[in-house]
Amino acid sequence: MPSLLAIDGLKVQFPLRDGIVRAVDGVSLAVDAGEVLGLVGESGSGKSVTGFAVLGLVDPPGRIAAGTIRFRGADLIGRPEAELRRMRGRDIAMVFQDPLMTLNPVLRIDTQMTEAITAHERVSARAARARARDALAAVGIASPDARLFAYPHQLSGGMRQRVAIAIALLHRPALVIADEPTTALDVTIQSQIVAQMQALCADAGTALIWITHDLALISGFADRVAVMYAGRIVEQGPVGAVLSAPLHPYTRGLIGSLLGGGAPGAPLAQIPGLPPSPMNLPPGCAFAPRCPRADATCATAPDNTAHPGGRMVRCWHPHAALETVA
Amino acid sequence: MSAPVIAIERVSKRFVRQPGLAERAAGLITDGARASTVQALDDVTFSIAEREVVGLVGESGCGKSTLGRIVVNAIPATTGEVRFRGAPLAALDPAARRETARQIQMIFQDPMASLNPRMRIGEIVGEAPRVHGIVHKRETAAYVDKLLAQVGLDPSFRDRYPHQLSGGQRARVGIARALAMRPAFLVCDEPVAALDVSIQAQVLNLLMRLRAELGLACLFISHNLGVVEHIADRVVILYLGRVVEIAPNAELFRAPNHPYTQALLANAPRLDTRKRRFAPIKGELPSPFSPPSGCHFHPRCPAAMERCRSERPPLKEIAPGRFSACHLNAVS
Repeated sequence: MPSLLAIDGLKVQFPLRDGIVRAVDGVSLAVDAGEVLGLVGESGSGKSVTGFAVLGLVDPPGRIAAGTIRFRGADLIGRPEAELRRMRGRDIAMVFQDPLMTLNPVLRIDTQMTEAITAHERVSARAARARARDALAAVGIASPDARLFAYPHQLSGGMRQRVAIAIALLHRPALVIADEPTTALDVTIQSQIVAQMQALCADAGTALIWITHDLALISGFADRVAVMYAGRIVEQGPVGAVLSAPLHPYTRGLIGSLLGGGAPGAPLAQIPGLPPSPMNLPPGCAFAPRCPRADATCATAPDNTAHPGGRMVRCWHPHAALETVA
Repeated sequence: MSAPVIAIERVSKRFVRQPGLAERAAGLITDGARASTVQALDDVTFSIAEREVVGLVGESGCGKSTLGRIVVNAIPATTGEVRFRGAPLAALDPAARRETARQIQMIFQDPMASLNPRMRIGEIVGEAPRVHGIVHKRETAAYVDKLLAQVGLDPSFRDRYPHQLSGGQRARVGIARALAMRPAFLVCDEPVAALDVSIQAQVLNLLMRLRAELGLACLFISHNLGVVEHIADRVVILYLGRVVEIAPNAELFRAPNHPYTQALLANAPRLDTRKRRFAPIKGELPSPFSPPSGCHFHPRCPAAMERCRSERPPLKEIAPGRFSACHLNAVS
């Protein structure tokens, strides 16, 4: 059975006056129905742009330079805008980091929600309203009837994100792409929202791509994880295997710099240097200048190599799968 | 224990918002516009010893940044006082105030907002020590180079502007600027919150090294328990302007006493929790404009009793050096 979503060799570029920003530089990944994939990377690694590309939201002058994005077997790249519009929200939905940017500040919640329903279905206003109300209740909003009349600024940050999630799930899409939806929220609210998302997606069989910089958060609920660095996926595989025995030196460095591992006060393992500028990527492996294992081989870019247990790594000198992190 | 470098004594801070013109006009025909008050800090008391790092933890709106600003004497407390080496900040004469301003420095969360975009790094770091007479004008350049080296930046950064630097480099400039004043006490307000994980580790390592080298005491404000666990000696937990728990670092993380602290710990994502069921605490943070009665945490607390709704639990010593504000401690 083909995957629900299969991205192959995706390249997204933004030509600027001073050169070309290679935001996504050859990303391949697949998501099955009902699966939760954590797409992890630091700022500028291309994780959000990958998400935007799936929904056809790369704005000019940005362009998809190469690759395919197959959803239910059919390539989405180059489809007419009208067709993409019918698909967005119904088949694939997105939740953004900042719900104040997604929600229209001058429209009431009920207006925005019923609009999202009637955009894809012919239903009466009354039925749409009832569905909007139920959707709010499902994401844990207390007194949903009253909240329907609220404007976005009258809601707290956590509540706004719940509304954005309710809107994304209105049509029971097959795939939801969530771009750092809890980054701006407090931890107690973050847990509530993750729990809700987890339950709702499991109930509806919705696949989820959760884009985040937080490995620890994703370790709690993803099935698989893909780690991005400088526009490429450097490692992917089942979340338990990748996090307890990472193959790529970057994944290993990232886990080492996480807090809560070592003894308090002990120096944290740090990755030296800075990520490369996406305008000026090194010719070979982009991580080589910061990598403790790099040598002359790394001047040519490594290919994706399959490892046992459904794992992939893009490295000439991967760690052995038996080397667990302390 | 030696005399504290900073003593925060029953500090409260109220912000009053006067109704605007439109609200006052509307008030004429309704029941009248009233000023609304936020109790940002409510009777906060703790102290920080020489060379000690105290972590101040809480969610957004709990008053942690307000307390940081009061400690650096940027805003006055409404009631209560902050003493620096025994001298109340509010009652300093101008010369002493100037000297204290040098000794207590602040590192901000967003280096882009706290570095003047039109000044070169050399001016940003060198201006204050020159004004305070720490270095002579002619020696400023050499002094700045030394500071930049101390925070791990190349001296060539002196001639650059903030926008030419990455987030981690800007954070280092913010640290160099604070160190330039040879402070005795640092207030760090979420210094690594805006940074990527790998850069965050670099900056935290730098802060820990500097602290060991210079023997600085520090109030480390953060919403990230992991960061605080790593860097602090003692931890103070704030909830809606009130201290709910104070404990030495290791004890707090081993056996949190207050239900809110327990909830914070349970909800912080950790790498070793695989495929867990999230069991979040209920409810939203209440509005600081109308905080709940009694214990502020009772509407979300799994162990709330009748008493919690009406009576504010006092912050009591439950073990040597450990304080908690919870009625449960009186029950057992």
